[in-house]
Amino acid sequence: MDKTARGYRQIPVYLKYLINAVLLAAFLVLGNALLSSGAVNRAQSAVILQIGIYILLAVSLNVATGYLGQLPLGHAGFMAVGAYTAALIWKSLPGKNIGIIVLGLLAGGLLAAVTGMIIGIPALRLKGDYLAIVTLGFGEIIRVLIINLPGITGGTPGLMSIPKHSTFMVVYITVILSCMLIHTMMKSRHGRAILAIRENEIAAESSGVNTTFYKVLAFSVSAFFAGVAGGLYAGYTGILTPGNFNFMTSINILVMVVLGGLGSMAGSIIAAGILTALPLALQSFNKYRMVIYALLLIAVMIFKPSGLLGRYDFSLSRILEKAINGRLFTKPRKAGEDRA
Amino acid sequence: MLFLSQCINGLQLGSIYALVALGYSMVYGIIRLLNFAHGDVIMIGAYIALLTIGAGVNPALAVVLTIFGCVFISVLIERVAYRPLRSAPRISLLITAIGVSLLLQNVTQLLFTANTRPYPGSAIIPSKALKLGGLSLSLTTIVTILVSVGSMIALHLLIQKTRMGKAMRAVSEDTGAAQLMGIDINRVISVTFAIGSALAGIGSVLFCCRYPVVNPNIGSMLGLKAFVAAVLGGIGSIPGAVVGGFAIGFAEVLVTALGFSAWTDAVVFAILILVLLFKPAGLLGRGVAEKV
Repeated sequence: MDKTARGYRQIPVYLKYLINAVLLAAFLVLGNALLSSGAVNRAQSAVILQIGIYILLAVSLNVATGYLGQLPLGHAGFMAVGAYTAALIWKSLPGKNIGIIVLGLLAGGLLAAVTGMIIGIPALRLKGDYLAIVTLGFGEIIRVLIINLPGITGGTPGLMSIPKHSTFMVVYITVILSCMLIHTMMKSRHGRAILAIRENEIAAESSGVNTTFYKVLAFSVSAFFAGVAGGLYAGYTGILTPGNFNFMTSINILVMVVLGGLGSMAGSIIAAGILTALPLALQSFNKYRMVIYALLLIAVMIFKPSGLLGRYDFSLSRILEKAINGRLFTKPRKAGEDRA
Repeated sequence: MLFLSQCINGLQLGSIYALVALGYSMVYGIIRLLNFAHGDVIMIGAYIALLTIGAGVNPALAVVLTIFGCVFISVLIERVAYRPLRSAPRISLLITAIGVSLLLQNVTQLLFTANTRPYPGSAIIPSKALKLGGLSLSLTTIVTILVSVGSMIALHLLIQKTRMGKAMRAVSEDTGAAQLMGIDINRVISVTFAIGSALAGIGSVLFCCRYPVVNPNIGSMLGLKAFVAAVLGGIGSIPGAVVGGFAIGFAEVLVTALGFSAWTDAVVFAILILVLLFKPAGLLGRGVAEKV
């Protein structure tokens, strides 16, 4: 065990990675065993897959909303781009192997990212609410395009018989990898530049951060993972209709991010899990779902604008370190206090 | 002749968009809030007219009730949802506005179901047609254009000639300085919401006379297009909202006349994106440099 000067024992970095990797692998094996052994019925496994897809959607929206501080309202549009791209690729390439699955997801994500860039470059040069309305408009344009190009997208009746590639394994690995990529990006200097823009754009710009570049970058990354999630969604339902990607879908994802905490990945994940599982578990709740979501949005903004978890992020190694130091239940020291 | 009648058609639609866009622009000018709920207030207005006329109320009285209902709802929303967030970050205010919009739509849906109902448009404005030469104009068209232009003139006089109008201009220029001059900010903001939503109430009646169907979602698309109109004209600018409203109305009629009616929504949003690319301050707006 490494020790700091003040006697706080730390876990070596390689061990932290090892613990996390082992736990993630254990969850994968356990989940796969549960699903393939039939201990979990079809409805329950469908809920699990949906939760995974919505986690990715919420985490990706969190990049643009929580970390960058913008408010895109067309997340379902990027999801649609990814979903239709992946679906068309999978339909034209028969067979089920890892290469085809990855190709579909990546192509969906990349096309969504390119669309994000095209939308983001004009909208992000401006301040404030324009981005919200432009992305909202973009989401509508995508829907109109899908409806009016039936030759490619199947039009209003939808795109049928998409190969169902989204198994538990595929969804799990994609979601974990995506969260890891987003996390590492946010811890890099690029991530810090994005956070600096959220805190104060003018100050960031005067410190030499290329604000337009980083805004478009964060926005495209957000769109990319929304596209990947769209691909997972296509492989999960097997049918895509334009109605799957309307404004309400975007709002659903936004509610998850706002409720979990703007800027907290753990918050997005927990909120996505609860808000996806709850309506499926309580059928009678469905009727009042949107009313409750609306009230939640207003109440959270008035009483706790930072969301349930604020900017807190879960870290297993931090908790373990606290435990081995016997400080699990003591309050964390405030920043700067230990340097006094 | 066809061209002329299409122009008048565009004028009718454009004047409705202009009325609604004025509400957006006034609220944005004064508290920098994109009031997402504005379109849904129009939907509530449509339901008020539908229910009161259905209950046998005189149509003229129903119109007055619609306007007062819209004003009441808007002022209430401002009090309950927006005022506690006056000093919060803009993104919180925007999320709240989206929440209010969702709430209005879904509560209406719970109360009256999502079914589309016919709007008693012909009870409010009789469906007659006037012949001017070879041109046939419906009474609705004429009333819409006259009422809208009349409301815009009234609004212009109110803003330019009255004390309250002066206070509104002062608050939108610099809220802090206006407060120091002894202007009651909260009152001015409430009055702004009230005037904006009175225009929305008038817009609601005129819009529903043109498209006589009502469901909980009619307000959202109308609201969005009116917002695009406000941005096109220069958000925060009153004449800009009028110009933008007519421009969007004409564009929409033109696209429909060319046979692409399925694409109108896409065209309106494409206009928005183009405006933001080439003239972000809008046609009549002033670009404002940010002070540090």
